[in-house]
Amino acid sequence: MSEKVILAGLGGQGMMLLGRLIAQALMLEGKNVTFYPSYGTEVRGGTAYYHLTVSEEEIFSPVIEEADTLIMMNLPSYLKFKGFLKPDSMLFLNSSMIDKIENEMNIDVYRIPATKIANNIGNVVASNMVMLGAYNEVKNLVSIPVFLSCLKNVLKGRKEPFYEVNKLAIERGAEFVRKY
Amino acid sequence: MTSTEKNKKYLLTGNEACAEAAIQAGCRFYYGYPITPQNEILTHMAIRMPQVGGTFIQVESELAAINMVYGSAAAGARTMTSSSGPGISLKQEGISYLAGSELPCVIVNIQRGGPGLGDISPSQADYFQAVKGGGHGDYHTIVLAPGSVQETADLVFDAFDLADCYRNPVMILSDAQLGQMMEPVVFNKKCKPNLYKKDWALTGADGRKRNIIKSFYPVKGELEKFNAKLQKKYRQIKAEEVRYEEINIENADIVIVAYGTCARICKEFLKKGQSLNVKVGLIRPITLWPFPADIIQKVSERVQAILTVEMSAGQMVEDVRLSVSGRCPVHFYGRTGGGIPTPKEILKKISEIVSVREKVTCTT
Amino acid sequence: MEAIYKTPKTLIDTPTHYCPGCGHGIVQRLIAEIIDEMDIRGKTIGLAPVGCAVLAYNYLDIDMCEAAHGRPPSVATGIKRVHPEKIVFSYQGDGDLAAIGTAEIIHTANRGENITVIFVNNAVYGMTNGQMAPTTLINQKTLTTPHGRSEKNDGYPLRVCEILSVIDGSRFIARTSITSPKNIIKTKQLLEKGFKTQIQEKGFSLIEILSPCPVYWRMSSVESLKFIDKEMSTTFPLGIFKDWESRN
Repeated sequence: MSEKVILAGLGGQGMMLLGRLIAQALMLEGKNVTFYPSYGTEVRGGTAYYHLTVSEEEIFSPVIEEADTLIMMNLPSYLKFKGFLKPDSMLFLNSSMIDKIENEMNIDVYRIPATKIANNIGNVVASNMVMLGAYNEVKNLVSIPVFLSCLKNVLKGRKEPFYEVNKLAIERGAEFVRKY
Repeated sequence: MTSTEKNKKYLLTGNEACAEAAIQAGCRFYYGYPITPQNEILTHMAIRMPQVGGTFIQVESELAAINMVYGSAAAGARTMTSSSGPGISLKQEGISYLAGSELPCVIVNIQRGGPGLGDISPSQADYFQAVKGGGHGDYHTIVLAPGSVQETADLVFDAFDLADCYRNPVMILSDAQLGQMMEPVVFNKKCKPNLYKKDWALTGADGRKRNIIKSFYPVKGELEKFNAKLQKKYRQIKAEEVRYEEINIENADIVIVAYGTCARICKEFLKKGQSLNVKVGLIRPITLWPFPADIIQKVSERVQAILTVEMSAGQMVEDVRLSVSGRCPVHFYGRTGGGIPTPKEILKKISEIVSVREKVTCTT
Repeated sequence: MEAIYKTPKTLIDTPTHYCPGCGHGIVQRLIAEIIDEMDIRGKTIGLAPVGCAVLAYNYLDIDMCEAAHGRPPSVATGIKRVHPEKIVFSYQGDGDLAAIGTAEIIHTANRGENITVIFVNNAVYGMTNGQMAPTTLINQKTLTTPHGRSEKNDGYPLRVCEILSVIDGSRFIARTSITSPKNIIKTKQLLEKGFKTQIQEKGFSLIEILSPCPVYWRMSSVESLKFIDKEMSTTFPLGIFKDWESRN
């Protein structure tokens, strides 16, 4: 098994946390992972992007040239990374922030209104977890309890009150694509 | 992170792994100044040092940092500083003094693009600065080049041991990509801070003859004698500490020489296999100084060509050429200013080498 | 019969490399006397600067360390953080401390680093044959101010004690001279106070000593002492600038 994912969104949309959770969970499942974040000037408001590679085998280059999956939280992110798609790629779009795209290669696209779903459950910041739930449901990567234990670990201390809403967001994301 | 357990896997950036490994290796004195892309080292040290009873100082300048390292090393402690290109340039004065006073310490360079302020993307353009001295005078630092987050951690442990063993500064030459990316890492190496007796250290001359740490030899002839002693030490390091990784070099037609991030890209190229009708192998230097000259010389006697791949305009290739001494053609492929070679580009370069070679074979 | 004057144990009995009339020998003897009297030879670590006093370790029988030009405060910091129970002092000249090492001295004082700095100010670069120092007086002639230091081209003499005394981290800051037996006794008292400040863990202390350099001032030894009393002390007034014991 090998999976190359590019995650991108507005700085502040939680792509870092999303990518780390997937990487951490898969690491615990015994997979090799590399997670390469953009760094430096990408602050709240700019495009933050992350390359995540998962494999049974040793991973060499952490930089992805062709992605198996794109998880895109807003339109500028999609426009920046659509060139990394190949015919059998999957595309996960936050449809709350990306209206229409031209699907030239006719690839599998999952349009998830992540921001709206997160808003409905009371915390717009949890849109990243909605995407996580959806992505994991489609790809069937990790069992939900493993994600939740990683999430609990990350949200220790000051951020503990946010655990429940994030958990709910993961579930709602998974639910949404089950009905897709 | 408040502590680490043996055998437990952590998902950490190369920078965090570097800092944590230093702590695990018994480093209790860290001095640093912010510069991207190595800031995570400072942040990690700021959290962890107080937890282990160590010292973290965010200094006023790189000069202060390297000289505090000089002081703590002279006092007999394991000590470290880190930076990236512009900051490492500022530290060179201190590194020369550390080498001249034979003080053990670890200096980390998470390379970024240069010259000048350059940019913050990965680079290998500080190779010359690291392996050829960098500061004034005839000296060498031992230079270790990791190729993964795990190897960053492991080499930091080794760096402290090597520094103490030879009373010499050791540099970890990494880059922005290896520093910023996250990979699983375990901290299983043993901390050996008391392996080497530091009876030369400054502790107060209580009940013993005084110790002096210095690099000034004004009496004619003394400095030459001291340099001869240094060179003898360097020859011993060259004889005993060369490290490299080799892949498929036994029957290779072409051997690539690449380190750090570039070696990873080259491994990706090797893994993908090639439609080319040549066998390609890889030598990955892990110690850049001492340089693995012997193995490169050995393969140069039987391969058709050597290709050096770097994120620079061609620096390590000079050491490769010295090792090869004309025994086979040495080609170079490099990217600068934040460009990272891709497996496709390496394939293209190898194809060029092969087609040139075939043309030559046809005409002769 | 009892000897009333002898070489301090900590002072190595050897001819120094200092020029006739130079003040370094006096200051280093005072340090040796204090180390003997306080009985701290076994736990004192000294820093020698780049400058005339670089060979101080040839004269003081204690653990000593050289430091790059201007960097003794940082090196001292590195040592003191490893051995907080030891007594660490740096011995610096005016070029070292007030020119190339200005950032280091200010930030070391500002961190309140518990070390003692002995600052020998002779208003000239001696080791390199007499160029202008940051503390060279206005109109003073040196190799690089052949017509005298001009404020327009070279700026003004830097008053280190005045600067450091307004920094929150400093605890004891004083300026003295060694132009007479009386002043030498006073200097010894202030140096003792500096060491005491450190031993009692009060924090950063600095004692500036106005010291003669007859050779590069192109004066006789006697004229040099008069120059300090009449000229130098006007630009650099003697006194205690900050004292943790007297809170005002």
